[in-house]
Amino acid sequence: MGLLSRTSTIIKAKISRFLDRFEDPRETLDYSYNKQVELLNKVRRNIASVVTAKKRLEMQLEKLRGNVERLDEQAREAVKLGREDLAKIALQRKYRTLSEISLLEKQIDSLAREQGRLEAAEKRLAAKIESFRAYKEVIKAQYTAAEAQVKITEAVTGISEEMEDVGMTIRRAEDKTEEMKARALALEELVEKGTLTDVLTAGKDEITRELEKITEEAKVEEELEAIKREVSG
Amino acid sequence: MIVRIIGEGQFELESRYYDELNAIDNRLVEFVAKEDEEAFKEELKKLVDLIMEKGHPIDPSRIVESDIIIPPPDITLDEAKEIFRGEGLFPDLE
Repeated sequence: MGLLSRTSTIIKAKISRFLDRFEDPRETLDYSYNKQVELLNKVRRNIASVVTAKKRLEMQLEKLRGNVERLDEQAREAVKLGREDLAKIALQRKYRTLSEISLLEKQIDSLAREQGRLEAAEKRLAAKIESFRAYKEVIKAQYTAAEAQVKITEAVTGISEEMEDVGMTIRRAEDKTEEMKARALALEELVEKGTLTDVLTAGKDEITRELEKITEEAKVEEELEAIKREVSG
Repeated sequence: MIVRIIGEGQFELESRYYDELNAIDNRLVEFVAKEDEEAFKEELKKLVDLIMEKGHPIDPSRIVESDIIIPPPDITLDEAKEIFRGEGLFPDLE
């Protein structure tokens, strides 16, 4: 059996098990409709959650971009002061940050794709629910029990397929979102653990402190010289 | 015939493409068996492109059953294997 027939068979079997659960087909209509509305709400919640995860990564991206600029400045300052060793550290960190940035950009793209998929799924489902709702009333009002059975099976089968589709789209988006949340958290953990602390925090880092120390030492020397001159003069 | 690509919606495709779909499907099975993820992804992309290029999207408000259902275009080899193993990948209708 091919992949396509296997996929179709699984989904159709699930739908047929769902339909078998109801004695009165009219009951199927209302139950299915409620499920559809629930699913629509679930898609909407998922869109919101993808958007939140994406925003978080975007904020981290901005931070990292700022750090690259800062590390560049620090490297220059260090060279001016004749501290090549510090300049090297700053540049190493800059490149580490740059590779982190390109990874984050890819992940943000992937979340944007999930968002697009979910939004498209939401539109399709909403349109189908609207048709189903109208159709359900027509079936209830106009058809005899025997006719209704066939119509109901058709309508519920058709919309259940969409629900399977949306359900799977949601599940995959959820997996990706969880992965990205873990990723964002891991970056923050790195910040806390100090691996990237000086690169990621806006406060003073090791390089800045070292540069300040040099400046302070130079000032001390300068003032000392001035005092010496005063005393001897 | 009506073809659904999971995550992309339904398309109306002329039945003369049936053999082509079948040929691609056979190769997909072969690549899953060989665990050749790259070839599998390429072949699946061909399938999805064919449907999207030659088919016509169905009005989303139309409620109609599909003749063929295609897994999501970005499915992994492991997920494809899971489809052959059981139903776990697809959500249950409660």
